[in-house]
Amino acid sequence: MKLRILHLYPKEMNLYGDHGNILSIVKRCEWRGIKAEVVVHEPGDPIPDDIDIIFGGGGQDSNQNTIEDDLRAIGPKLKELVESDVPTLVVCGLYQLFGEYFQTGDGNKIEGIGILDLHTVAGKNRLIGNVVVDESEFGEIVGYENHSGLTRLGKNVRPLGTVSKGNGNNGDDELEGARYHNCIGTYLHGPILPKNPRITDFLISKAIERQTGQPAKLARLNDTAETRAHKVASTRP
Amino acid sequence: MKKTSIILGKTVQKLTRLRGNGGSALPGLVVERRDPHFVRDILGKLPYGVVVVSGTNGKTTTTKMVAELFEAQGLKVFTNNTGSNFVRGVISAILKNIKISGKFDYDIAVLELDEAHAVKYSEVAPIDYALLLNVQRDQLDRFGEIDHTADCLKKVAKATKKAVILNREDPRIGKIEAKSTVYFGLSDELIGEFPSDDDLLTKHREKASRKPALATLEKLGKEATFTIGKEEYTASLNVKGIYNAYNAAGALALVKTVLPDSDNARLIESLAKIKSAFGRGETFMINGAEVELLLVKNPSAFQLSLASFVDDEHEYMIAINDAIADGRDVSWLWNVNFKGLKHVKVVSGVRATDMALRLKYDEIETGAVVEDLKAAIERFTKNGEKPKRIFATYTAMLEIRKIISGKSIL
Repeated sequence: MKLRILHLYPKEMNLYGDHGNILSIVKRCEWRGIKAEVVVHEPGDPIPDDIDIIFGGGGQDSNQNTIEDDLRAIGPKLKELVESDVPTLVVCGLYQLFGEYFQTGDGNKIEGIGILDLHTVAGKNRLIGNVVVDESEFGEIVGYENHSGLTRLGKNVRPLGTVSKGNGNNGDDELEGARYHNCIGTYLHGPILPKNPRITDFLISKAIERQTGQPAKLARLNDTAETRAHKVASTRP
Repeated sequence: MKKTSIILGKTVQKLTRLRGNGGSALPGLVVERRDPHFVRDILGKLPYGVVVVSGTNGKTTTTKMVAELFEAQGLKVFTNNTGSNFVRGVISAILKNIKISGKFDYDIAVLELDEAHAVKYSEVAPIDYALLLNVQRDQLDRFGEIDHTADCLKKVAKATKKAVILNREDPRIGKIEAKSTVYFGLSDELIGEFPSDDDLLTKHREKASRKPALATLEKLGKEATFTIGKEEYTASLNVKGIYNAYNAAGALALVKTVLPDSDNARLIESLAKIKSAFGRGETFMINGAEVELLLVKNPSAFQLSLASFVDDEHEYMIAINDAIADGRDVSWLWNVNFKGLKHVKVVSGVRATDMALRLKYDEIETGAVVEDLKAAIERFTKNGEKPKRIFATYTAMLEIRKIISGKSIL
């Protein structure tokens, strides 16, 4: 068994330790004897068909500008993959761009690639700090947010969970993230996966299911270190 | 008028000290409110002017190097080595050193200011020379984004009156424009060992501009070789680590710009003697073993520190806190590659568990997770004469220093 992980724009979109998300996927595959190969996507590269997991992170504004054209070019292909249930995780900047549009402070609308039914409007303040999400399918999720965009969900997506600490999507409807098929969008970094390994295992399971057509049974791993780090993070101000 | 500000400031300083409040900001705040031109009026009169050292990594050690190089040239140097690199900290440092009569007996000021406060400083008082070291990811939860940091330094460069000394190899600093620019750089041979912030994340390296540099770090082994102008000089530096040696090239370029007639060989000789700054590679003796304390603030500094200070002879401890001065967000640990380490004896600090998890995913053995720093130090130094190194974030470094102070500093 081998999984191919597409990492979108690791150079431009890696502001908050998102490399850790890739490591979480790769190691948790390897520790179970599943081969994992990371396919780096840089602007101009084609998107291969045989992709099992897609991941993309956040970047600073100037870098976001440099990938927008390429993202629009590969947008339809990514949409096709997400809608054929390829497990996908997008964080912060790419979470926003996977939506319908981003409205900047001066009223300009930057079109997203329209995979996720949501839109984002620039806010006045940055929402920064530790976040705890509960009532999610993955139990309690911990992470760190740092964004000024305020995201609102449309009808065709469901939230990842509700926030019990921090702001989440917009700071007023208590929702965080979005779910659509096997795609998860979120503002949480930290990075999100290492301290929330259930989400990693969800991505891996869904990838295996798609390849084999059978429900996946993942071997249990010793997650003591993950659990301890998760617990401490949930108590930080 | 000036005299009343000085008396008032000194009085507040005495009072806060009597109350056992070591905080250096209050007297500065009082004077800043009363007399907004205080800094300009005092430092603006110095015969050699004001030098500002800014950038993400290496400010403290570089400021110390610059100040000591000027001192070795016979200048009386005023510097804000109080640990408070705000405008208020500068005022407090002035108050401490100025006579009631208003006499301020210095030739030049060398100020360490972080990026945001360097801009604030430039708004209240003139800067004659600025030495801009690098822009790297640091405490993103404070500044928002790395581009904002670069913009701050652009503003500082624009406000600088005489010359701006720039790190040629930093993709953001090397591009800064100013009335008069001077560069310091690395030889082609060393450039690959010096990842810029972007290089940590990509397969390609953008070629930095190859503008001529006034001072270059050419080689670094047991000894460091610098070029100043066209001449090569070799020295055995007291400060360790490639980034310190590189920042030393920046310090040389700055001093040569302010004092073009200074003797190169003498500068190099003074440079070699300079010791590490507080918490930046200081060495202590604990239970018969040498313990070196290394500050790590952000991924690039941590990466360079690992490249310079990891070997088979030492035992290692890592201490991670998440106070505001450390950065509340510990995501940055995942942008560091720890694979050079074979074994970490103890991880500690408020976020010890995050560090342990990070090491797990690089498949590095961790001996013990001990959040309490005092207990961790005890455990780390309990037995074994092996020399030791501790990588620590800012507040962890301060705490560790307190715990082991009283032990002798080498």
